[in-house]
This record gives sequence, structure tokens and C-alpha cells, in this order.
Amino acid sequence: MIGTKDLTKIFTIKKAADIPAVVGLTLSVAEGEVFGFLGPNGAGKTTTVRMLTSLIGPTSGTARVNGFTVGEADQDIRRSVGILTESPGMYERLSASKNLDIYAHLYDVADVDGQVEKYLRMLGLWSRRDDPVGSFSKGMRQKLAIARALLHEPQLLFLDEPTSGLDPEAARLVRSFIQELRDQGRTIFMCTHNLNEADRLCDRIGIFKSRLIEVDTPENLRKKLFGRKVVFHLREINPQWAQPLHELEGVHEVQIMENKLVIAMDNPDILNPQIIRALVQSGADILFVGELRHSLEDIYLQTMRDTAEEEVAG
Amino acid sequence: MKHIITIIKKEWAEVFKNRMVLFMISFMPLIFTILPLVMLYFTSQGMGDMSDISTADVPVQFLEVCGEGITGTECMQIYVVNQFLLMFMLIPVIIPVTIASYSIVGEKTTHSLEPLLATPITTFELLAGKSLAAALPAIIMGWFAFGLFLLGLPIIGTSAAVIDYITGLTWLLAILVAGPLMAIASVNLAIFVSSRVNDPRVAEQISALFILPILGLVFAQLAGVIVINVMVMLSFIGAMILVDIGMIYLGTTIFQRENILTRWK
Repeated sequence: MIGTKDLTKIFTIKKAADIPAVVGLTLSVAEGEVFGFLGPNGAGKTTTVRMLTSLIGPTSGTARVNGFTVGEADQDIRRSVGILTESPGMYERLSASKNLDIYAHLYDVADVDGQVEKYLRMLGLWSRRDDPVGSFSKGMRQKLAIARALLHEPQLLFLDEPTSGLDPEAARLVRSFIQELRDQGRTIFMCTHNLNEADRLCDRIGIFKSRLIEVDTPENLRKKLFGRKVVFHLREINPQWAQPLHELEGVHEVQIMENKLVIAMDNPDILNPQIIRALVQSGADILFVGELRHSLEDIYLQTMRDTAEEEVAG
Repeated sequence: MKHIITIIKKEWAEVFKNRMVLFMISFMPLIFTILPLVMLYFTSQGMGDMSDISTADVPVQFLEVCGEGITGTECMQIYVVNQFLLMFMLIPVIIPVTIASYSIVGEKTTHSLEPLLATPITTFELLAGKSLAAALPAIIMGWFAFGLFLLGLPIIGTSAAVIDYITGLTWLLAILVAGPLMAIASVNLAIFVSSRVNDPRVAEQISALFILPILGLVFAQLAGVIVINVMVMLSFIGAMILVDIGMIYLGTTIFQRENILTRWK
């Protein structure tokens, strides 16, 4: 669906230094995948989306989208993808249905009325179809912009900050709709600041700041950055009980925190029973055991910290 | 063609919801129609018979336009009404500037340009749609105003000689050919300016400068420097065709999607 190789975009500004917005991006997104593109403001996420939707051209490198090469078959790319831009950008004086009608014609949709009705109903805007978009709430505009992106039934969707600025209720509605699109098997490339959202919706995550820093599934990123940690809650703790645990193969670290043992290990499925047996034999009362799960926010912040340190170092 | 029609419909749907624009489109042609009729009426009422054409108070060059068999009063009326020819030509220039100057910069400020450019529409289709959406109402209003003016002439008792002059080749070339050509040029200039600036007001003000050369013609004729006849009009049309080709070429080559999206803040 998407494949880029050394994709680079440098903005040149008169009387100022060049701005490298995207540097050497090599990435592939498979069909049916939901790919989350995370990064701070100004990281180059929107520039990447604009290049992949043939809105702007790369300075160097190549990108293929839906089998078409960016810069060579731009019309075909625009025809075959759907995009939700950072701002909904609707025509506020016009009604919701008129807005969609215009875009359905521009995308050469065969059954314009049918598609407009389908998506207005699907997103709960049918009853407001004749109202000017200027009277809509932010959430309704965002839903309408999503409908606009889907009118021509693209298999590949680019969503730039789909829940940005929405209240929790509207954000939840948009998220559940993205979930539906995912279930329909559409490929989604999603830029977001909402790490919780990315964690829930995305198959893979790319952490990006002008260049791709990390890319993997959320689970693998957790393992890669923090390893797997299990917390053993005990009634009371004796520091000597931790000693034999260090000797178990696959255990990397044992920390004592109040009446808890936090153990970093390779494979909890194998090691947990051994650790429990050892603790019980030592006389410990185990209250409960749970895996310490780092949020995507931890992963993101840790990655950004590491990157900043690398930049300072060298 | 389908995309061009969609853009025209979109522009009209947006523009005609704005009452100020509707007022601009209808009010100015009405004024430009009533003013010459009022002038003609009073010149025919107040002047009496100026049978000696050579003593009529018109520039010497204009006497050639009046020709033989025309009374001094009629020649004076033709002289007066000829000043309004340029006003009729101004209608399709002034009206679309309001619409066209907002065309691109308006889409920039409402952030609707990016989703629009993300569709499979070509640059030519987009600019053609926006140009026609602005130019067509202006051209039609110009013709409509001229039609009203023609209807009003016999009602105010204008002489047949003056009506013959007004429905002659010079006026028809001006209204039917030169006016639309000027509309196309002014619209393209306005869209070009609109795609280069960030503020709709700046776009409107710069685009309005296009009216200056036409005002120059008005004053040149008033001062007797030039007299608008068929030859002058044909030369003007030739020049406008070249200007139009240049403006359309400039508009489509300079309209860079990337620059417009990334360098307007």
C-alpha cells in the first residue's frame, strides 16, 4: 500500500537556513494495517502525509502509494486515497450535503446521492444534512470531513490528527468510527498526538521527528525499551528473598519497592511459576501478581528523551 | 469539463449566499444603466436645437464620429453617451474582482484549499472553474445592463440617429467582445493576485488596480485625446486577446500547489 525509500523534504526559504522537514524516511505500510505516526509538533508528520497524497513533491527519495509513484502518477494517487486534513476545511455557508456533493463530483463518484446519503447516515449527520456547516460543532465538522474522505471508497486513508481539539465524547465517536474502518479492512495512516488512541487503534507505530526514530508494534516497542516487568505484591518483604531470584536464568533485574518485588525478565510465562515457587518456599505470602505495563506515552517520552540525548552527544 | 462545472457551481453556491456580493453585482449595473439614460434625457430636454454642428461644444475630433445628417443636439448626445460606453465596459471588470480576488486566498484562510487540492482536479480545471464562476455573472450582468439601456432609449425619447449610433459596430464590439475579454483578464489577474497574497482585502485592492487603464481611456476620451471608433475598438480587442492569453498562461504556470500550501503563512 505505502512504500517509501529515503524520502526527504527540505524547505528552502529565502534569506534563511533550509528546513529539513523529513529526512531519509524509509517505511512500508501493508494492506489492512493501521499505522500510527507519532511525533511532536513540527516533526514533519503533516509534510509526510502531504507528500504521500501527492500534494507536495519530495526533495529526494521515492514513494509508492497504492502502486503509483509520487511525482509520476499524482492524479492516480489523489484519486485512490482519502485524506482527512488537519483542519476540516469545509465550506461553512453550504449545507453538509452540498459540501459532500461537491467532493463526490470532484472524485468522480458514480452514485453521488447514494454515497452522500450513506456517509451522512453512517456518521449520524443525516438529520442535519440541509444545515449550513457553519452551524456545526467541531465534532460534527470532523465527522463530515471523515465522510468527505470516504465518499469515493478509498482503501487507503490518511488521517491527520483525527481527534485533535474534540471533546471526549466526540473523540470517542471518531475513534469508534476509525475502529469500524479498520474492521472493514481499510489501510489507515494516522498522525496523532493522542498516544492512548494510537495504542488502542494502531497495529504498528512509527515515532518520528524529521526522521524515523522507531517503528514497531506497540508491544514490541514496550519490550524493546523497557523489557517485560512483573510485580509481585507480598504481605511483607524480606530482602533476602530476592537473592535466589537473581540466579534464575532470564531474570535481569530484581527491585524491592515497599512490599513489592519488581522483576525484569525475558519470559514471564516460564519464569513466573518458578519465581512464585521460590518465594513461597522462602516463606513469602503472595497477595497477587501482575505485569507492569508501560503506556505508549512512556514509550514515546523515553524515545524522545533518548533521541535528545543522542543529539546532544553527537 | 465535469470538474470545471462542479467548481463553478460551488463558487456560485458560496458567493450568492453573500448578500453584499449580490448587492454589488446588481446595484452597479443598474446605476450604470440609469445614469446615461438620465443624462440623455436632460441633454435632449435642455439644449434645444443646435443645428450648427460646428458650434456644438464637443471636441473637434468627435465631429468625425457624428458624421453628416446629424444635428448638433444629437452629436452632443452621442458625445455624452460615448463616455458611458467605457462605463458599460467597466461592469464586467469591476464585478468579478470581488468574487475572484477572494477565490484562492479565501480558500486558504478557511483551510478548504488543502482538501480541494487533494482531489484529482487539475490546476487548469480549478483555475478555469474559478475564472468562469467570477467572469460569467459579470459578463451576463454587463449584457443585461446594456439591454436595459437599449430598452430605455426610446422610452426617454432618444432620436433614431443616436439609437443607430449606440446599436452600431463600435458599441456592439465594445459590449459583446471587449467587455468579456476585459472580464477574463481582470478575473485572471485577481486569481493570480489571490494565489500570491494571504489576505482577501489585499487581493481585492491589488486587483482593483486593473481598473486604472480603463479609467485612463475614459479621461483620454473626455479630454479629446482619443475618440473611440471601430478601429480603436478593434485594436483594443486585439490587445485584450494578447493580455488574456498572457494572463491565463501566467496564472496556470505560476499557480504552484506546493507553494500555495506551504508558504502562505
